[in-house]
Amino acid sequence: MTVSDVTGERFNLALVGVPNSGKTSLFNALTGSRQKVANYAGVTVERKSGGFVTPAGRQVTLLDLPGTYSLRGRSPDEIITRDVVLGKRAGETPPDLVLCIADATNLRLTLRLILELKRTGRPLLMVLNMFDIAQRRGITIDVDAMSAALGIPVITSVAVKKGGADALRRRTDEFAAAMPAPVAQPEWTPTGIADLKSYQREADRIIRATVTMPAKPDTLTTRVDAVVLHPVWGLAILAGLLFVMFQAVFSWAQPLMELLSDAFGVLGTLVAQLLPEGIVQSFLQNGVIAGVGSVVVFLPQIVIIFLFILLLEDFGYMARAAFLMDRIMGGAGLHGRAFIPLLSSFACAIPGIMATRVIDNRRDRLTTILIAPLMTCSARIPVYTLIISAFIPATDVWGWINLQGLVMFGLYVTGIVSALLVSFVIKFFMLRDYQPAPFMLELPDYKLPRLKSIAIGVSTRAKMFLQRAGTTILSMMILIWFLASFPQPPAGATGPAIDYSIASIIGKALEPLFAPLGFNWQIVVALIPGMAAREVAVGALGTVYAIEGGKEAADAIGQALASKWSLATALSFLAWYVFAPQCASTLAVIRRETGGTRWMVITFVYMFALAYLASMIVYGMARAAGLG
Amino acid sequence: MRLGEAPRGFVGTIVALHPASAGPTSHELEQYLLEMGFTEGARVEILHQGAIKRDPIAVRVDNITIAVRRREAMAVLVK
Repeated sequence: MTVSDVTGERFNLALVGVPNSGKTSLFNALTGSRQKVANYAGVTVERKSGGFVTPAGRQVTLLDLPGTYSLRGRSPDEIITRDVVLGKRAGETPPDLVLCIADATNLRLTLRLILELKRTGRPLLMVLNMFDIAQRRGITIDVDAMSAALGIPVITSVAVKKGGADALRRRTDEFAAAMPAPVAQPEWTPTGIADLKSYQREADRIIRATVTMPAKPDTLTTRVDAVVLHPVWGLAILAGLLFVMFQAVFSWAQPLMELLSDAFGVLGTLVAQLLPEGIVQSFLQNGVIAGVGSVVVFLPQIVIIFLFILLLEDFGYMARAAFLMDRIMGGAGLHGRAFIPLLSSFACAIPGIMATRVIDNRRDRLTTILIAPLMTCSARIPVYTLIISAFIPATDVWGWINLQGLVMFGLYVTGIVSALLVSFVIKFFMLRDYQPAPFMLELPDYKLPRLKSIAIGVSTRAKMFLQRAGTTILSMMILIWFLASFPQPPAGATGPAIDYSIASIIGKALEPLFAPLGFNWQIVVALIPGMAAREVAVGALGTVYAIEGGKEAADAIGQALASKWSLATALSFLAWYVFAPQCASTLAVIRRETGGTRWMVITFVYMFALAYLASMIVYGMARAAGLG
Repeated sequence: MRLGEAPRGFVGTIVALHPASAGPTSHELEQYLLEMGFTEGARVEILHQGAIKRDPIAVRVDNITIAVRRREAMAVLVK
């Protein structure tokens, strides 16, 4: 083979394996791509592809396919895996070689999958991953014998070590060079029950012949689970973890947030001193710096919440949480598998809704999608924090619990309880012809999280947040500044400048609609750009009050609110944000994932109605209690 | 006996799958159980169980742990 042959064509690799086999780590090691690595069955739901160049200069495209136990194609992500392997997926080049990733400590189901894959006629290469852990546990594998028994080449690898990836790149060359000419694919038919049984018998036979298990199995996971999955302690630990997470979001982030806030304050003052008073100064100080700054300040909180979620995923705790919650969620008509998408929705509803692809039953999946936006996403944190720190005193309850953190926790609980109630209503009044879908989930062995993978995950999220601040939020800030600044007040006007602006006209026109909720026209103005993204409302309020009140107010939106809103209005505003469908991207994802506008409209309408009702009730009650 | 009725701590071997006893979607369920490793002759042990009605259960099937509801475990005959 000549060099031009080697470099001429791209070589297509696809990664296939059961969930938790370490596919994504291997993918990261081979391509260096930045993406999420997790230890939960079914987290890989998006198409992830990357490339690398082999030592011989061969261009290789690598596709990371969703984990699956079979080619049955039960859920949307499993269908993707099946169709790509079979070469049936439109727009996808059929793989030249399928890399079957196997967790060396847990081979039983993987070997059966490989036997099933062999029947597709695709060239296969088995990669024994986590070989180091297997050796440490005293598991010995006769690699050559396994290769002979399976009739495919087998190599060992430690996905997360650099050496393992280099060796695999070298081997790719050898395989590509020795690649047999493509043969006509036999017609593939779904694997029947009899075939499944015989494959498993064959797999078990191969394991008996080639793998020696240690006399004493690893019992650490079982011992930890005795506590973590305990009917009482397990639930207590889960509740405790969530509680610590929300306290951390409030308390740990504080010093960093103050630092960021001060930095933006200094920047604003600097601009004010350097530029002459006028439109340009107002634009930069009130529109750009105060607006974007008020959102960027929340970066530490976003980082903390993602850090917690990624750590729990990598430990292997998420599957346990689904186990603990299945029965409880079942009472509300939810599937245990819905727990992970819903927990991810605490970070952001968009990945949460996409993660529902692991739920194979359509009704279960729709219910989960409809309630996912009720989970308190990180975009609500800026809004909650602003209002809570302005209106709720930072005193301690029972000596150690921060009252502000407690209110925050209460808002999260309200979101969860409402989601369960909505799901219950859906179960009762809609989609009634339904049979409970089976719940089966592998509980993987606990693994220590890999710091590098956590760091990659958190920094990706932080970057996405900053990008949003730089694009969506910045453009909304500019819009709100424009609306609040023009037209300029006529010469000799006495009132605040904003009273003459377009924003004021719009706000005052819509004010009667929101008066029952205790919202003034400034809030109404902030809600409009807030339809694009929730956190925009914080900056928008800042801009509106800054332009209204002059430069001094820009430093402290919270203080401005505390002096201008009643407690009843503040509580009503919080209630609004628990429910309101204020995120254009979430609605777009719902439309895409449900395949039509119908469910998007339903989501929007029900959330809007709940928000209006909840705010009206909260405002009414607060006023009755004398907080108006 | 059925795996779905077995107490926590039960150790046994799978004799057969009898999905009809777990509901009408039996064919799909049998396939699903087989894919998760519930095959004849496999060693099973009930390690943990949930708080409400002792459901779901965490079952050690050979050397992996699977969480499954008792309802579906009814389809697994063990001894």
